[in-house]
Amino acid sequence: MKGSEAASSAPLELRAASEQKSAGKTSVVPADFLFRSLTAFFALVVAATLVAIMGSLVLEGWSALRTFGWKFLVTSTWDPVTNEFGALVFIVGTLVSSAIAMLIAVPVSFGIALFISELSPSWLRGPVSALIELLAAIPSIIYGMWGLLVFAPWFAQVVEPWLNDHVGALPGIGVLFQGPPMGIGMLTAGIVLAIMIIPFIASIMRDVFMITPTTLKESAYALGSTTWEVARYVILPYTRTAVTGGIFLGLGRALGETMAVTFIIGNANNLSASLLMPGSSIASVIANEFTEATTPLYKSSLLALGLILFVITFIVLVFAKLLLLRLETSLEGKKS
Amino acid sequence: MMSRYIRRRVINTVNMTVAVLMTAFGVFWVVWILWTTLRYGITALHPQLFLEDTPPPGADGGGLRNAFVGSLILLGLAVTIGTPVGVLAGTWLGEFASKHKKTGAVVRFLNDILLSAPSIVIGLFAYAILVDPLGHFSALSGGVALALILIPVVVRTTDEMLRLVPVSLREAAIALGTPYWRMVTKITWRAASTGILTGIILGVARVSGETAPLLFTALNNQYFSTNLSHPIANLPVVIFQFAMSPYANWQQMAWAGAFVAVIFILLLSFGSRRLLSREPHKS
Repeated sequence: MKGSEAASSAPLELRAASEQKSAGKTSVVPADFLFRSLTAFFALVVAATLVAIMGSLVLEGWSALRTFGWKFLVTSTWDPVTNEFGALVFIVGTLVSSAIAMLIAVPVSFGIALFISELSPSWLRGPVSALIELLAAIPSIIYGMWGLLVFAPWFAQVVEPWLNDHVGALPGIGVLFQGPPMGIGMLTAGIVLAIMIIPFIASIMRDVFMITPTTLKESAYALGSTTWEVARYVILPYTRTAVTGGIFLGLGRALGETMAVTFIIGNANNLSASLLMPGSSIASVIANEFTEATTPLYKSSLLALGLILFVITFIVLVFAKLLLLRLETSLEGKKS
Repeated sequence: MMSRYIRRRVINTVNMTVAVLMTAFGVFWVVWILWTTLRYGITALHPQLFLEDTPPPGADGGGLRNAFVGSLILLGLAVTIGTPVGVLAGTWLGEFASKHKKTGAVVRFLNDILLSAPSIVIGLFAYAILVDPLGHFSALSGGVALALILIPVVVRTTDEMLRLVPVSLREAAIALGTPYWRMVTKITWRAASTGILTGIILGVARVSGETAPLLFTALNNQYFSTNLSHPIANLPVVIFQFAMSPYANWQQMAWAGAFVAVIFILLLSFGSRRLLSREPHKS
């Protein structure tokens, strides 16, 4: 960061000099001014887009929010026929499917990052990183299709009967895993979401594990630590902030993911205790119903759902970015 | 003492094995998904796909010509709108923001949030500003929605690439009496051009699979259309519709479309990576 700031502040002083020197040619200074204003204008447009998104969603969702008030957040009725709308089912669906995804994706990403940064022979590092990053390049519609037509049938035949028999019988958590093996549902959606966000979390974890100073690691090794102890007591404490930031960035992705979830969550507008039962998320209900929303209040309710989703992801992403700012500073420090 | 040592070794071995298994677990999904797409996609590929339009429900034959053309038009729109806005905004961040550090930091921060914002929300925004006021779905609104997703990618890479351009280059240009704006357009843009191009290609790779923002902007069209003020067929939405349908030939076509989309995206990401690795001063 320091290096690049110095790099770009130097020409500014030069610029003043050049403006003075070419003051004789009147056309030059306005051209400079115009160019700078033009770029500044577009920079502000980009920044203002986020505000505009928020503003337009508030405006369009206002009639629903005014009609239902805060009860919109805690009602589970979603009935286009009687024009009664509540967001609870979808908020819960979004949070539960993302929670399942995080439970799977965080440990897996940690394992992958650990493998790439500490265990892998150097010739394997590139290919493994590339394969994991490939997961991020596959569009979500492909995940959805694969999830619905390939993964869900397999899951219904092999995994869900097993879950029913073995985990479903347990007291307490058993109720989460009871139900007909349909393949589609909250659990399947969570698993596919996990696969989708692994590359994002894993690549940040790998990057910060790689920039942990070698001297720190080597001192621990010299004291007789095992690789696991170095990872657990040296690398992880050193990179804790950025790792948390990466996890929240992944969470932001999971919350807003639309197409894959729409394919496999089952699109049922009611709450059920079992994770094997179909549900809905905010994004999936918008994707499914928006073009069918005929009454203004129906449409406004869907836009209000969009607002809720935007606010939730905005908070998560701001938190993630604040944690990651430190990482970017140290990465750039390393670059220059 | 010995038992403690053994316990530490055992914990280490177990955890390292788990790490290896986790990596295998991650790689397993990539292979499975790509393998499925290749297998179903290749068997469904035939020349008809590129020559005929999407068939009505239940009918045999047909292809995805209108969807391919529609998608290319939407991508063209996104690039046409997104590139100038993204490059100019990125230029302000990379060249001029050092004078306004706080504003620069805020713009960068907001741009990064926009980069990760859910694409369905971007679609809702495009609906609210273009579809609702004009009263009809249109290819143009779809292109704007895709541009809004493309812009933050371009802003970020332009900004980063400009900051990598050595100061000595700028000093040399200024010393010759070049006005600042000509220095930027002729020297720093040119020096950073490979990187900026990479950013645009990466952005295109990202938006070309986007479905959610198109659902209620470009919508879909069963017929061939190049009219920007009408709904337009596009590959992602057609894949969505066909994959969800009960008709076998529609599902097959969805796989073929998915195959083409994946190949297109992989070529773009691979190409941009190659481009960047040729760059002499890459990060």
